[in-house]
Amino acid sequence: MTLLLVQALNGVQLGLTLFLIAAGLTLVFGVMDFINLAHGVQYMVGAYLAVSFYDASGSFLLALVGASLATGALGLLLEALVFRRLMGRGHLDQVLATFGLILTIGELVRLIWGTSPLQLPVPRLLSGAVPLMSGMGYPVYRIMLIVVGLAVAGLMALVIGRTKIGMQLRAGASNAAMVNALGVDIHRMFRLVFGVGAMLAGFAGVLAAPLVSVEAGMSDNLLILAFVVIVVGGVGSVRGAFIAAILVGLVDTLGRSLVTALALALLPPMAAGHVGPALASMLIYLFMAAVLAVRPAGLFGVRA
Amino acid sequence: MKRIWAAGLALGAALALSAGGTARAADVNVAFVATLSGPAATLGKQLEDGFKLRLDQLGGKLGGEPAHVSIIDDELKPDVALTKLKAVMESRHINFVVGPIFTIVEAAIFKPVIRSGAIFISPNAGWSYLAGKGCNPHFFATSYENGQPHSVSGQYATDAGYKRVFLLAPDYQAGHEALAGFKSRYKGTVVAEDYVPLTSMDFQSELAKIAQAKPDAIYAFLPGGLGINFVKQFHAAGLRIPFLSAFTVDESVLPAEGDAALGLYGGADWAPDLNNPTNKAFVAAFEAKYHYVPATYAAQAYDTASLIDAAVREAGGASDANKVAAAMMKADFKSVRGNFRFNHNHYPIQDFYLTKVVKGADGKLQTSIVKKVLTDAADPYAGQCKMK
Repeated sequence: MTLLLVQALNGVQLGLTLFLIAAGLTLVFGVMDFINLAHGVQYMVGAYLAVSFYDASGSFLLALVGASLATGALGLLLEALVFRRLMGRGHLDQVLATFGLILTIGELVRLIWGTSPLQLPVPRLLSGAVPLMSGMGYPVYRIMLIVVGLAVAGLMALVIGRTKIGMQLRAGASNAAMVNALGVDIHRMFRLVFGVGAMLAGFAGVLAAPLVSVEAGMSDNLLILAFVVIVVGGVGSVRGAFIAAILVGLVDTLGRSLVTALALALLPPMAAGHVGPALASMLIYLFMAAVLAVRPAGLFGVRA
Repeated sequence: MKRIWAAGLALGAALALSAGGTARAADVNVAFVATLSGPAATLGKQLEDGFKLRLDQLGGKLGGEPAHVSIIDDELKPDVALTKLKAVMESRHINFVVGPIFTIVEAAIFKPVIRSGAIFISPNAGWSYLAGKGCNPHFFATSYENGQPHSVSGQYATDAGYKRVFLLAPDYQAGHEALAGFKSRYKGTVVAEDYVPLTSMDFQSELAKIAQAKPDAIYAFLPGGLGINFVKQFHAAGLRIPFLSAFTVDESVLPAEGDAALGLYGGADWAPDLNNPTNKAFVAAFEAKYHYVPATYAAQAYDTASLIDAAVREAGGASDANKVAAAMMKADFKSVRGNFRFNHNHYPIQDFYLTKVVKGADGKLQTSIVKKVLTDAADPYAGQCKMK
């Protein structure tokens, strides 16, 4: 039972990280109809910048704030240099160009910070662990991640649900051209979404850095998961992204344990060793297929 | 990415010019294949530095003949390795191909190298097929058969009386082989064989499973970035379980793992503090020149250069591959591993040790030998090799 609880916590934590990445992605995709494969790069850049800021200042908080803001600025810069020119062009152009960005920025990161993985220490205040199950502590830092993730989600819900800019965003997600025609400066809104989206992804990267090593390619896998999240949640819906991120996190973490245990129970050990992990990696995609079969526009799709 | 360096910087420009294709027939031409870019670049760097160090000590000569070494970055892609290597082999006659780090690359370049008439020496990748049915007169491994470093921990777990062990490896061919290697010498109960995706970064879920299973020990094969993340998270979770491993806590990843790796165990054919004069001199020279602690990759590459040097001298030049191969079998060189000789399948017969991560005198982390686990160990595939 405790194992299940710990695994659920792990799932929620993965889900919240995914949410921070997916929130920006879903808005960019939903409001601007723009496929930004390079969105995950912000996560990596955030983590790298945090290491540099931390080395310079020695303060995790400063690194967190500095790296998040700098990543947001990078998002704005990319918007002005690249993304703006791709607006309104076909998805294939956007995919090609932003994929090129992944390669370019990945190489730049290697040039600047080198190829060996870097480390960001867990802040001393949060370095302890609480005994959740016997023999193992659950790191305080991870609990903090869950709290911060939920807080950011709450804040976003407030902004999107209760403010004027949030209303414009929601309207933009369902019909951008109409919003423009009603006198809203849609380009200013685009820039805002890009900046904030990039900042959130960078923020997630900084938060994840003390847990995993900071290396080029650390976001590749997460980007794919983030796309699964926005498709399951419904493109353009931040609420959908939140629910879907938590679901994907839980399905991945709990499913992995469950499927391997199930394979061991049903199959001879040799086969189970191969079938279990293979099935476990497929789980979230099966989950996505199941959701799309029932709701083709995703859980909270604003457009069919 | 192909860099040609005529070793022995003292000889400088004259040698560098001759590397362009005017090499005399008596010279020794080496193609050196390693992964020098991407996340695994640290391993290739170790391999390259170990080989270069020995070559520099020999004044840029192997067996008394000027050596020309073409460095090839395989990018951990079998097709890239093959294309680049073929280009080098077409531009000039190659006597020795040394490399690579990874078995998938070794498998891709094996046939073309042997067909070219060159001698193929692997200082790291130890494909089991080449130790058994696929053994070849012109192929030598100066490392081990892939399963051996894992069987060390299997043997140790049995000796130490660990009744229940939890196994962890990435879900790919080498991961499955690694755990098979462990199990080949482990007599107790395997509580779980947990295979994680090769791209895993967060192991919190695995740690929870380990804590739940309460094993006597865990065995992990988590190379590169996997190990860095796992070791840090293992430490953060405060699990107090003996940690056995291979390629998970070695000098190539210890700088990144930091103090979280202190006290964790590994299995290997060598460690920096292996007590023999050749090794002491090697480690001192390596650290003085490159300012980091060598790992097994560097040690095995260093031995490889010594081996070629001895064999070329014995054979009176590198041009007759059969003569050189016969000379190599004698392994008449001072190995940093002390006890080293070739089995009839051209894989080493050597000792294997349990190692432990400690802090060296200079504050740098390194592995240290705890005890010898296997003496004069030959690989289990040698029996399938028909060579005499």
